[in-house]
Amino acid sequence: MLKVLIFVEHKKGVIKKVTAETLSVGKNIAGQAPLTAVVFGAGAKNAASCLAKYGADRVIVFESEYLTNPMSKNAAKPLTDIITQEQPDVVLFPHTAVIKELLAAVSANLGVSPIVDCVAIENSDEKLVCCRSVYAGKIVASLKSNQKPTIVSLRPNIFQIIEHSVDTKIEEFSFRMNATDILTTIREISCEGKTRPELMEAKIIVAGGRGMGCAENFVLLEQLADFLGAAVGASRSVVDAEWQPQCIQIGQTGKTVAPELYIACGISGAIQHLAGIYSSKTIVAINSDPDAPIFKIADYGIVGDVREIVPALILELKKAKQSS
Amino acid sequence: MNILICVKVVPDSDTIIKIAPDGKTIDETNIRLAINPYDEYALEAGVQLKEKFGGEVTVISVGDENAAGVIKKCLPVGADKALHLIAPNSRMADALSIARMLADEIRNHPFDIIFCGKTTIDAQNGLVGELLGSLLNIPVISAASQFSIDGNRAVVSRDVDGTKEIVECALPCLVTAEKGLTKPRYPSLREIMLAKKKQIDSRPVVLGDPNLCVLGMEYPPNRPPGKIVGEGVGAVPELVRLLTEEAKVL
Ligand SMILES: Cc1cc2nc3c(=O)[nH]c(=O)nc-3n(C[C@H](O)[C@H](O)[C@H](O)COP(=O)(O)OP(=O)(O)OC[C@H]3O[C@@H](n4cnc5c(N)ncnc54)[C@H](O)[C@@H]3O)c2cc1C
Ligand SMILES: Nc1ncnc2c1ncn2[C@@H]1O[C@H](COP(=O)(O)O)[C@@H](O)[C@H]1O
Repeated sequence: MLKVLIFVEHKKGVIKKVTAETLSVGKNIAGQAPLTAVVFGAGAKNAASCLAKYGADRVIVFESEYLTNPMSKNAAKPLTDIITQEQPDVVLFPHTAVIKELLAAVSANLGVSPIVDCVAIENSDEKLVCCRSVYAGKIVASLKSNQKPTIVSLRPNIFQIIEHSVDTKIEEFSFRMNATDILTTIREISCEGKTRPELMEAKIIVAGGRGMGCAENFVLLEQLADFLGAAVGASRSVVDAEWQPQCIQIGQTGKTVAPELYIACGISGAIQHLAGIYSSKTIVAINSDPDAPIFKIADYGIVGDVREIVPALILELKKAKQSS
Repeated sequence: MNILICVKVVPDSDTIIKIAPDGKTIDETNIRLAINPYDEYALEAGVQLKEKFGGEVTVISVGDENAAGVIKKCLPVGADKALHLIAPNSRMADALSIARMLADEIRNHPFDIIFCGKTTIDAQNGLVGELLGSLLNIPVISAASQFSIDGNRAVVSRDVDGTKEIVECALPCLVTAEKGLTKPRYPSLREIMLAKKKQIDSRPVVLGDPNLCVLGMEYPPNRPPGKIVGEGVGAVPELVRLLTEEAKVL
């Protein structure tokens, strides 16, 4: 039995998919021990009530008027206090860009070196063994921490969600926060009227490379993505050519993704791109060059011009949907 | 302005990585080394800041003896000084040990801002900068895609899970560089010649006891060989069938 504490990522009370994944993993390694979740910020109580489904026996909530960005480093003090008080063996975080500064600040406060972005985790005789990918995915390292607590973050879209139903006890944490605890101020400026899912959590990703020919042709990929409920990604060449923004670059110097289906359109398959897509369940490649390296790792390939194949694919998918 | 840049020398992204016979480290012989790509964006950001406000850019790097040659490449780009803390076998040292080493050193340097990379491409922790900032008790802003100084404050814009944010904090602070923060320059021959006069200062250091232990390294499982469904639009119906019936992802 390991005493496990989980930090919950949520947006105004709505928990993210990766939070459910993290709780499921936490429940698994905790065994019979009660699982404690921690939720900060506005909407915390709302989020807390959704956590029972994933096995949280206890939820500690904390809100403060100063803590407008509850997932930022500004939350380090109360979270450090909770961990010091609770003395868990393991603290789990979802591995997301939002939480990273907080995870680091808490780790520094506690003098713990975290194991981040894990793709596998196992409780072996009350010791955690964690696997993570290093050297741009060319190597998988397994690690063990010599410290208590062990702080671990989990890569999104890798772990299975397992539902449990438990009775959750909600407790409020009392902590006096001051304006001086707020080190960085964040102004959100746009969600770009987003209708597509986030790249890191998307089940399907449609990605384009230089073979798309020009920025305008990405409309084809957007149409395909919208039909499939998918996110749109891009290779670095496309980002460097300013056809697409940096935030959708996939690969070693972009995002690492693990969707169920990755459709690579006009992407050659350079090692740095593959680093970001290796954990995808199924990879489809559409490329006019039969010798393109992407075909070596793709499960299914079509040799052809993306400008013809993608519209044909949309049509075929529509047909399939109508007949089903 | 005193500007510090933390730079790691890493295996170049194209290099083939082989696991060493001990099964826990990589074979460092015959690998091509390079400045961690994100640290190049960080260095360029520091040099641009110096060009705007004056001051000095100092590069600090923890790495083994072999790193020296690559650290030197920061000088023609515009770093005034480079400090090499020589720590053998530190490539996979845990992030907190590296951050502590850097913090101990940086406490002896006056600074207004520290730039790090968002992540290294070898250890891939994406943590050292954030830990370092916390150890030094200064604000940290990670993954900056734009950066400016407004009076005594740093103003950064960044993308967080699809949302654009503008984040501000007081100086001194630490900022980590996302790709695209800057376009690293290619130094001219003249700059390369002039930089030959600059020295890199090096000193052996000893890392503390490791907080994490690497149990083993493996190559990721090969993806099963795929198949070419066909050529041209004629292959599309079969692809849709395979995705639906075989892969079951639609
Ligand atoms: C340090 C470093 C980090 C890097 N990080 C990344 C990263 O994070 N992500 C990344 O993607 N890259 C990264 N790269 C770059 C990488 O090496 C490749 O240059 C890049 O991935 C190539 O992008 P691409 O496949 O879109 O373009 P190309 O390599 O130019 O490939 C275009 C492909 O499109 C095909 N094509 C052309 N026309 C058509 C058509 N009409 N229909 C169908 N197919 C067509 C071609 O056959 C070709 O295979 C990095 C490089 C370095 C050195
Ligand atoms: N050995 C090192 N020497 C100097 N700076 C480092 C070292 N390791 C990491 N850094 C800095 O911390 C950033 C993040 O590293 P990491 O946490 O390993 O991904 C890097 O981009 C560097 O700026």
